[in-house]
Amino acid sequence: MYDIAIIGAGIIGASVAYELSRYRLKILWLEKENDVSLGATRANSAIVHAGYDPPAGSRMARLNVEGTRLMPALCEAVDAHYKNTGSLVLAFDERDRSTLRSLKEQGDANGVPGLQVLNREETLAREPALNPDIVGSLYAPSAGIILPWELTLGLAEVAVREGVDLRLRQELQTIRYEADHWKLETQNETYQARRVINAAGQGAEKIHRQATEPAFHLLPTRGEYYLLDKAVDPQVSHVLFQCPGPLGKGILVTPTIHGNTLIGPNAELIEDGEDTSTTYAGLAEVAQKARRSVPNLRFGENIRHFSGVRANREVDDFYIAMHDKGFLDLAAIKSPGLSAAPAIALYARELLEADGLEVQPREGWNGRRKVRRFAERSPEDKAAMVDANPAFGRVICRCQTITEGEILEAIRSPIPPVSIDAIKRRTGAGLGRCQGGFCGPRVLEILSRELGVDPAEILQDKDGSYIVLGDNRPEVRI
Amino acid sequence: MKTQQYDLVVIGGGPAGMAAAVSAYDQGVRSIVILERDKQLGGILNQCIHNGFGLHHFKEELSGPEYAERYIKDVRARDIEVRLESMVLDLNSERIIQLVSPSHGFELIEAKAVILAMGSRERARGGIGTPGTRPAGVLTAGAAQRYVNLEGQRVGENIVILGSGDIGLIMARRLSLEGCKVHACVEIMSEPGGLARNIVQCLQDFDIPLLLSHTVTRIEGKKRIEAVHIAKVDMQMRPIPGTERRVACDTLLLSVGLIPENELSRAAGVELDNRTKGPQVFENLQTSVPGVFACGNVLHIHDLVDHVSDESARAGRAAAAYLSKQTDTAGGDLIALEAGRGLRYTVPQRLHLRPDLEKLDIFFRVTHTAEEQKIIVESGGKQIALFRRVHVAPGEMEKITLPAKVLAEIQPGAKLSLRLEAAL
Repeated sequence: MYDIAIIGAGIIGASVAYELSRYRLKILWLEKENDVSLGATRANSAIVHAGYDPPAGSRMARLNVEGTRLMPALCEAVDAHYKNTGSLVLAFDERDRSTLRSLKEQGDANGVPGLQVLNREETLAREPALNPDIVGSLYAPSAGIILPWELTLGLAEVAVREGVDLRLRQELQTIRYEADHWKLETQNETYQARRVINAAGQGAEKIHRQATEPAFHLLPTRGEYYLLDKAVDPQVSHVLFQCPGPLGKGILVTPTIHGNTLIGPNAELIEDGEDTSTTYAGLAEVAQKARRSVPNLRFGENIRHFSGVRANREVDDFYIAMHDKGFLDLAAIKSPGLSAAPAIALYARELLEADGLEVQPREGWNGRRKVRRFAERSPEDKAAMVDANPAFGRVICRCQTITEGEILEAIRSPIPPVSIDAIKRRTGAGLGRCQGGFCGPRVLEILSRELGVDPAEILQDKDGSYIVLGDNRPEVRI
Repeated sequence: MKTQQYDLVVIGGGPAGMAAAVSAYDQGVRSIVILERDKQLGGILNQCIHNGFGLHHFKEELSGPEYAERYIKDVRARDIEVRLESMVLDLNSERIIQLVSPSHGFELIEAKAVILAMGSRERARGGIGTPGTRPAGVLTAGAAQRYVNLEGQRVGENIVILGSGDIGLIMARRLSLEGCKVHACVEIMSEPGGLARNIVQCLQDFDIPLLLSHTVTRIEGKKRIEAVHIAKVDMQMRPIPGTERRVACDTLLLSVGLIPENELSRAAGVELDNRTKGPQVFENLQTSVPGVFACGNVLHIHDLVDHVSDESARAGRAAAAYLSKQTDTAGGDLIALEAGRGLRYTVPQRLHLRPDLEKLDIFFRVTHTAEEQKIIVESGGKQIALFRRVHVAPGEMEKITLPAKVLAEIQPGAKLSLRLEAAL
C-alpha cells in the first residue's frame, strides 16, 4: 500500500514527486510512456513567464509569480539550465500601448517585480533586430528560459534517488476507491494507494471522470514551432511577446538555452490530445506573424519544426482541486503551467496536508543533483575529465560537443534511457543542427552495447519507434 | 597546459584532408598533422561501398574505400602525423586549436597554417520543412548508408526517397539490392539533383519511378512512419491541391542536399559565402584569415571526389607556398568574381591579380539545365574569354581555366564576371 500515487511524469508530476520525496511517505509514480517528460513538457515555449498575464488576484497569478520566483534556485539545485533573459511585450500601435499599461497594472497587482513600460528607442536599444515600427514595450526583468525536459529529469532523478517508486510503461486503465484506498489498474499491474494525485496532462480528464464527478473539460490546443539554427543572425536576447489582441495571443520569438531561436506557437483546437503533427498552414501562420516582431528572421535556417499540445480547458484557469477520499487533481496545467510548476508542487503539498496527510521530513534528504557537461567546462577541467576517463575525449555529437562519457553517465543515471531521444534529453546529443543525423547511429551503437540488446530493439522515442529492423539479409539476391 | 606547434594542421582526414596533406608534404612541408574525428582516415568514402570513384583521377573505377585506401597509403608513405578520434573543439584567428581525443586528452595546438577540410553534413528534415508527425524511420540517406553498409543493419522494407541527391540515388539501388522495395524517388525541382549516370544506374535500372516536380507534403505515423503523402508542385514549388496521393511506407530517406560544415571556420572569423555556405576564398584557396585555407566539401559541395582531390592538392601546395613565404597573398590587385546570369556561384570568389599568376581555375554551378551554352567571361564590360558547353546542369559542377594571356586582360578594379548564354 502506497501513501500516495502520482499519475503522470511531466513537469507537474515531477515537481510534486520531488517535493513529496522530502517526507517519510511511500510514493508510487506511474507514467504510461517509456520515459519522463514525453507529453506537453517536451514541446512548449520553454519560457518562465513573469506573471502579468493571469487576472489580478487569481490563484493562477499567485502560482505563476511564486513559481517564477522559485525557478532559479530549483534549477540550480538539480543542475538544470536557467537563463534570466527578461521579456518584452511589443506594442505596434496605440491600442497595444494601452494594453501594455493594463498588463503592467495587472502585473504590479500580481507582485511581478520590476515591470517597466519602455518607449520605442529604449526597446530597440535592448533588442536591435526588432521591427522598427514598434512603438514601445513592457519589460519584465524576471522572465527567463529553461529546458523543460531537463528540469523534469532533474527533479525526477532526485525523486527516484530519494525513494519515489517510478514505474514507466504503466498506463492507468481503471481507478476506483475500495473501502479505504484507491485501486489502480494498469495494463498489467494493480497498485493500491491511500491518496492519488492526477497529473496526467491530456489524460487527466479521463482519469478524473473515473474517480469523481465531471468538473472540467480539456480543450487540447496545438501550437506549432520553428527552431532556427544557433549562431544565425538576427539573434534575440529577450523573450519577445506580441500584445494579445483581436488577432489572438500573438507569436513569440525567444532565444533558447542552446542559443537557437524558437518561434511559435499558433493555437489550434484539436480532437486528439496526442496529435503533435505540424502542418503547412500552421507553420506559415507562425512565420508570418513572427515577422511582425522580427522582420528578418531566417526561416531557411530552420533545423526542426514541431508542435506541442497545451492542456487548455473551458475557462482560462488551471483545474486544481482536492476531492473526497484524497483525490487531488492537478489538471489543465496550461500556460503558464511550466513557470508555475514549482509553486503548484508546494500548493499540492498544502492541499494534501489540509486533507490530513501527515508529512514528516526524512533525515538526509538531498534535493540536489549534478550533471557533467563536457562542453561547458574550462579547458583545464576538460583535460582533467579526459585524463580520468578517456570516454570524455570521444565526441559523439559534434553539433553540441557531447562526449561518450556523458552518454555513458546518462545510461547509468537513476532513470535509465531506452531510446535515442532519451539520450538527447539527458545529454543534448542530437539537439543541434544536424538533428542526430550524424550521432544517431553512434548513439544507437552505444545504447545497444551498454544495454546488451540487439540494435533492432533500440528506439528512437516512444515504444514502437524502432530504428533498424535487424541484420542485412545475405540471402537476398536479385 | 602545454601548446604544441606544427607548421601545418589539416582539419579532417577525408579525401580533401589527405590530398592536401600529401601535396603539402611533397612541396617540402615536414611538420604536418592531420586531425581526424573518426576511428580511421577516409571520411565518408568508407561507407560508399559502390563503385564509380576515381574515373577522372586514377582513370579506373574504384569503390569509395579503395579510393580512400590509395590516399591512406600516400599519407602513410610520408612522415605525416595522423591523429584519429581527435575532435577539434575550437579554432581561432591566431590559428590556435583546441583538440580532444581519448588517447591524448585535451590539447592546444598552434599552427602556422591550417587547411580546413571538414567536409559537409546532410540537410535534415527541419531544413526542408516537411510537415506531419515525427516518427522513427525518417532519416537522411547518409545515415541509412551508414546503417546498411557499416553496421549491417536493415533500415526498412518499404522505402520512399525524398530528394534526388546522389546519396539518395545510390541508396535507392543499395536498398533494392538488399531486397527492399523502393517505391519512388521524389524531387521537388523539375530536374534531378544528382549525376545523370546515377539516375540511369540507380533508378532506371531498378524501375524506380523518379517523380520530378513532386514533393512529400505530409508524414504520417505516430511511432514508426506509416505513409507519406506525395503531391505535384507548381512553378513556385507549392503543392498543387488535388494531386496528393498516399504512399504507404516504413522508411523515408532524405537526400535533400549537403551543407558545408563551417562551425570552426566561423569560430576562426573566416568570411563565408551565403551561396556556397563555405568560406570565401582567393585563387589560392586561402580564406579571409591569413594562413587558413579551405578545400573539398567544406568549401563548396562537389559531386565527384576526384575533383575534391585535385582541389585539395592545390590547397596543400598553396599552404606550402604560404609557409615558405613564396606567396605574398596581399600583393596584386584585388579582383572580385561575379556569378552572373545562369550561375549560382563561383569558387574562388576573389583573386589577387599578380603578374606571376600562371592560370586561374574557376569552379561554378549553373542555375538550370540547358543545352548548347556558352560561358562568357567579362572584365570591365569587355569579353575576355568564351567557353562552350554542349550540356550544363545544376547537379554537375563546371570548371573553366583562364590562361595567363586572358588574365592579362583583366581590368584592375573591375569585377571579373561570368555568365551563361545560349550558343545559337
